[in-house]
Amino acid sequence: MGYKEILQNYADSPSNLLEAFHAIQDEYSYLPEEAIIAAADCFGVPAAEAFGVATFYSMFSIRKRGKNVIRICESAPCHIDGAADVVAALEKELGIKMGESTPDGNFALEFAQCVGQCQATPVLTINRKPYLNVTPASVPTILAEYR
Amino acid sequence: MAVEMRIALRNYGKVDPNKIEDYLSRGGYEALKKALTMDRAELIDQVKKSKLKGRGGASFNCGQKWSFAYNVDADQKYVICNADEGEPGTYKDRLIMEGDPHTLIEGMAIAAYAVGATEGIVYLRGEYPELVELLRQAVAQAEAKELLGNFKLSVHIGAGAYVCGEETALIESLEGQRGEPRFKPPYPPVSGLWGKPTIVNNVETLAVIPEIILKGADWFSSIGDPEFPGTKVLTLSGDVKNRTFFEVPTDVTLRDVVFELGGGIRSDKKFKAVQVGGTSGAFIPESQLDTTIGHTKMALIGATLGSGAVFVLDDSRDLVDINFQITKFFEHESCGKCTPCREGTMRMRELVEKVNCGQGKAADLDLITKLARVMSTASLCGLGQTATAPVTSTLKHFSTEYAAKLKE
Ligand SMILES: Cc1cc2nc3c(=O)[nH]c(=O)nc-3n(C[C@H](O)[C@H](O)[C@H](O)COP(=O)(O)O)c2cc1C
Ligand code: SF4
Ligand code: FES
Repeated sequence: MGYKEILQNYADSPSNLLEAFHAIQDEYSYLPEEAIIAAADCFGVPAAEAFGVATFYSMFSIRKRGKNVIRICESAPCHIDGAADVVAALEKELGIKMGESTPDGNFALEFAQCVGQCQATPVLTINRKPYLNVTPASVPTILAEYR
Repeated sequence: MAVEMRIALRNYGKVDPNKIEDYLSRGGYEALKKALTMDRAELIDQVKKSKLKGRGGASFNCGQKWSFAYNVDADQKYVICNADEGEPGTYKDRLIMEGDPHTLIEGMAIAAYAVGATEGIVYLRGEYPELVELLRQAVAQAEAKELLGNFKLSVHIGAGAYVCGEETALIESLEGQRGEPRFKPPYPPVSGLWGKPTIVNNVETLAVIPEIILKGADWFSSIGDPEFPGTKVLTLSGDVKNRTFFEVPTDVTLRDVVFELGGGIRSDKKFKAVQVGGTSGAFIPESQLDTTIGHTKMALIGATLGSGAVFVLDDSRDLVDINFQITKFFEHESCGKCTPCREGTMRMRELVEKVNCGQGKAADLDLITKLARVMSTASLCGLGQTATAPVTSTLKHFSTEYAAKLKE
């Protein structure tokens, strides 16, 4: 579905802007500039405001990025339990650094703050699905699901 | 001996969250039926008398908050459930919602009737996508059984911003804006969503409401610490053996939480500190573990109960390094609206980073203390005001760790 059609499903209230952005990202993995401008039109707000929203929330990206968004929690409980080792394993496995996307456009790698699964640290999410008790050794298996 | 007592989690693991019938068979929606027969002022009075205080962190008297909104005349009022749960180490609201979504819906419907609202919104953090459908399904089931009358309930999702847990930032976000806190007053019960009277309550606060209505204010106010009665859901993380959750009366001690319920330290190492209330909470040393967890008692030792997160650290942990991580969190999550926090969280991170990598001097520690004072006094919202508690509490109780990292 294109962003114009997606936006139509949410047009009845400006309250829906965040949800509309989520829906666009589900399709494109990021918020293309034209989609943000179209959203501003659709909700009757200045484009600057729509960009303001798009850049405020950490789950939204206005830069093109890989299709499967991997986010690794770096909050204190995950930090002390080896999040840095998981980061190193991810970077090695994917051949990219944190904040980058793989050249084939399949993966994006980002930091996140606590995702509410602190009983099983360290935690990462892929497209918002959590993976618990992650170890450097379990990284390849997790990634295989998306390859 | 600390024992669990489940009120908010009374149905956890005992009902299928997908089936309203399960909830009904355990007395679900009876409290709502009872509430609807009560005079609204009397209903609010009961909640006030129960002395239920908010479980989202700020510990404000729930009934009192409701009475503010009740007393305002308006053509529309709103009830919002704060399900943003962003405080690191906290996962209690997720447990309540995933185990028993109807208790939240029932609590919201009661709150709505009490204050005269016909619209309710759950603001759910974007990190819990599977709960969106579960909650929407539960609402549809309650509507199909005509349990909610004219009360309309919807679920909105956030997109990863800790500050959106602050109630006025949450309201801005619901209006489709950047989640930046508003100047107060006016407070939401007077002017909130779309300028209308609005109650914002935490998931756990709302989840205990049905039980208070059914069993009475006196029953609730006699549980736990009289100044902060009831139970609290605690979520354990870090170097503790049982990394799980417990709901306990508010008069249990931290020692019982860590060593009895928590089973003590995971390895053969020793206890060093516990941080309660999430990443904005103070670090508490062994010598203060006999404090009970109620908000008022915790305040006496300069700590907070907050969200009920319990982050345990063993004696091999480097508190300066952990604080560096925490200052990065606040620098990242500061919304940037006010200067003390926008600049302060950045400078604080710089200073702690400098000490952490062995480049700090004694004068930097003084600067940290001074900056913390400015931030806690002059910041606009709770984020900037409490961001410094981890650093100041560790400087107080574990100053040798900082001293050991200073450059000669
Ligand atoms: C930075 C910040 C983050 C907050 N995050 C949350 C949160 O995630 N959940 C919550 O219920 N309250 C949070 N609060 C507290 C809310 O502002 C508000 O006090 C609370 O939702 C009121 O509900 P209660 O009285 O039922 O606790 C936060 C406050 C601040 C300053
Ligand atoms: S204290 Fe921080 S988070 Fe709160 S309004 Fe100021 S800049 Fe924003
Ligand atoms: S701290 Fe990483 S999931 Fe909570």
